[in-house]
Amino acid sequence: MTLLKAEELYGGYGGGDILNGVSLRVDAGEVVVIVGPNGAGKSTAMKALFGLVNVRSGRVTFRDEEITRLSPDRIVGRGVCYVPQEANVFPSLTVLENLEMGAFIRRDDYSAQIERVFELFPPLKEKRSQAAGTLSGGQRQMVAIGRALMLDPKVLLLDEPTAGLSPKFIDLIFERIQEINATGVSILMVEQNARHALSLADRGYVLVLGANRYEDTGPNLLANREVAEMFLGG
Amino acid sequence: MIDFLQIVIYGIVLGSIIALGAIGVSLIFGILRFAHFAHGDLMTLGAYFALAGVAGMSLPMFAAFGLALGATALVAVGIDRALYSRLQQVSPIILLISSVGVALMLRSLIQMIWGPDNEIYQSGISMPWTFAGLRIQPTQVMIVGGAAGLMLLLHLFLQHTRFGKAMRAMSDNPDLARLSGINTQRVVILTWIIAGVLAAAAGIFLGMDTRLHPIMGWKLLLPVFAAAIFGGIGKPYGAVAGALVIGLAQEMSTLILPAAYKPAVAFALMVIILVWRPTGIFGGKVL
Amino acid sequence: MELSGLFSYFVFFLSMVSVYAVLVLGLNIQWGYNGQLNIGVAAFFAVGAYTTAIVTGPASDNYLGGFGLPFLVGLILAMVVAGLLALLVGLITVNLRSDYLAIATIGIAEIVRLVLKNEGWLTNGVRGISSIPGPFDGLSGITEGMAYLVTLLVFVAGVYWICERLFRSPWARVLRAIRANEDAVRAAGKNVLLFRLEAFVLGSMFMGLGGALYAHFVGFVSPGAFDPMFATFVVWVMLIAGGSGNNRGALLGALVIWAVWTLSSSMIDALADIGLLPDQLATQASALRIFLIGLLLEIILLTRREGLLPERPPKAIDRAD
Ligand SMILES: Nc1ncnc2c1ncn2[C@@H]1O[C@H](COP(=O)(O)OP(=O)(O)OP(=O)(O)O)[C@@H](O)[C@H]1O
Ligand SMILES: [Mg+2]
Repeated sequence: MTLLKAEELYGGYGGGDILNGVSLRVDAGEVVVIVGPNGAGKSTAMKALFGLVNVRSGRVTFRDEEITRLSPDRIVGRGVCYVPQEANVFPSLTVLENLEMGAFIRRDDYSAQIERVFELFPPLKEKRSQAAGTLSGGQRQMVAIGRALMLDPKVLLLDEPTAGLSPKFIDLIFERIQEINATGVSILMVEQNARHALSLADRGYVLVLGANRYEDTGPNLLANREVAEMFLGG
Repeated sequence: MIDFLQIVIYGIVLGSIIALGAIGVSLIFGILRFAHFAHGDLMTLGAYFALAGVAGMSLPMFAAFGLALGATALVAVGIDRALYSRLQQVSPIILLISSVGVALMLRSLIQMIWGPDNEIYQSGISMPWTFAGLRIQPTQVMIVGGAAGLMLLLHLFLQHTRFGKAMRAMSDNPDLARLSGINTQRVVILTWIIAGVLAAAAGIFLGMDTRLHPIMGWKLLLPVFAAAIFGGIGKPYGAVAGALVIGLAQEMSTLILPAAYKPAVAFALMVIILVWRPTGIFGGKVL
Repeated sequence: MELSGLFSYFVFFLSMVSVYAVLVLGLNIQWGYNGQLNIGVAAFFAVGAYTTAIVTGPASDNYLGGFGLPFLVGLILAMVVAGLLALLVGLITVNLRSDYLAIATIGIAEIVRLVLKNEGWLTNGVRGISSIPGPFDGLSGITEGMAYLVTLLVFVAGVYWICERLFRSPWARVLRAIRANEDAVRAAGKNVLLFRLEAFVLGSMFMGLGGALYAHFVGFVSPGAFDPMFATFVVWVMLIAGGSGNNRGALLGALVIWAVWTLSSSMIDALADIGLLPDQLATQASALRIFLIGLLLEIILLTRREGLLPERPPKAIDRAD
């Protein structure tokens, strides 16, 4: 079943179009990876799914309902959560408070969800009362992902979750993403560690200049000579 | 020594009043990213609302004060809805200019309604208490105690309630707050309510400490900004510390400078901070 | 009113518009070209007025004076002192966001006011300085007024000409670029701080000139003669109403807003006369007028932010770098 779908998106930040007809799809249970050169519009495409970009034409649907111009708090309410590439924690809030903010729209008792995040990322439990701004990059990324998990989303959007992390943390984050996926959360992520990401992906997209260039299963993209040469560093 | 301690008392009283204004300025900056120039006149308005309660409606003091806090908060929210919220998308600079206009409008409105003269809440002089040669007015105790109480309430709110935390979150990172599902418009309104209540309290306390006058709040604006900058803009706790420093410095300056130059002391401290450490002593935001 | 009365009123009106026009043009360099928030216009105005009053005014035992310098020297010194003050403020705030400039300038305005009021040896304190000579003191009544008006218009034209020249220059183009995207200009290797400082100082010098022209016009300055907040505010409303960034807009704004200000006074009187205005409001007429000007500003900000004559940056021209 298709959960999240973007069809022929055009738009940008008010100036010229950054997106030139991107189409994306995330089915239930999938891990979908977007790769592409710097400035291709990968982050912009993510934001467009989330209502943070002016979409001039095209539409975004979630479970066949249009969400193209909904505000982020509405989209969050439907079960799509997003971890931006940068500035993705509240630095002066504690780890626990960051998670609480992720659950802001929940009016029920979400302590079990917090425990689940702590199980997924044990270091956070220790540092629960520490300000997120004082954590290491890897731990901050854990907070960011944990925050987005607080609503128990159906689809999780991750923009370069391993950027700037040490190899040890990169492996760990990818492992956790797989674990999250195993609990039934569909994942759409942008990744610079393209080979690694595609090797875990059900499907992948190669984005260039705001449009789809290639679209295939993860293994097929990895096996594609052209893609490998041009976008995966040979 | 006694003289010095007496001045310290004045400084703490003044600092408490400044702190209530500076917290509001700091919160507003954290959430809306602009320096609110009408804050002094919002204080004045609060003071005059209380006067209307005391003198106009002959309410008991505390009832009048409570009413004034509520009414001022309401006005603050009203101004935000009518003006600031509409200009918010344009740019913070336009908001600042708009707030200068609001400052003048509030001040002239106050003058039209209550006249340009000095007013007081209660005539008659209350006897000061004396402790070991120190004179302390009952009103001074009330001011410091009231300010401390309000700050404690604010602290509890910011640290322990859902919306309090959301306010801090939005001050940290407004975009992330929005995409976490926080209703940012509600947070903005809440910010104005808190800022309005604190401003009114500051105005009332200032009126109790001295007299009411249509430009009483405007005159306090510079120390209020200085305190907010000193403590690190966007940091309400820093603003309190900054306010005490500014209040004490202003009062102590009277030992060496003519009293007329008190506001210049606030300015001088602000300049020193701006040059030396623009993020304030506690490392807040740079405007 | 008799015809001659009307005429002399008209001369007075245009003279005030001219003084304001110089101030608004100065502010336009700061805000219009570069986006700088100077909320202390009155400080530079007052410094200019007092400078020329002291250096050209009569001798006195009570305060500094008696230098007897000529009118033009007074104006130049007024610009120099205002410029030095601006340099001081600018050096402190130039590398900070504009909110700090706004706060620092109200601070300066406050301190200038305190100094004028309290340093009697320099300024004669609250009594102010009177008998400031005008350049045409020899002439009588209305002739003097007209001669001075012509002088004012010459200065307005001169300042306008300079501002227009600057507006089309690469210098102002850099200022506008800084306003739009400071980082890009810095990346292009320009000294952003220097450009900002230059704009701030130049604009403030024109404000000082405006103050000096005013001082010679009315012949008297005192701390109470102008409410600093109001003086600053009205100049801002003029610029925003006329059109920030547009020099002709600045002139138009000065004319229109001063006309509105003047008319509002007559209207309030008229309304009070026919009993349409509550007594209390009539006695607080000046507060009511300020309120209305504030309201006007908010309406402009909400509905026509670009002003009557919107900014039209000159087409990229003749220059290659
Ligand atoms: N907030 C913004 N406002 C205006 N333009 C933007 C903004 N964010 C990005 N852009 C522009 O949009 C284009 C695409 O940027 P985007 O961040 O989507 O690329 P990306 O594929 O995510 O690159 P990267 O791999 O570096 O993260 C770039 O040219 C960028 O300059
Ligand atoms: Mg990106």
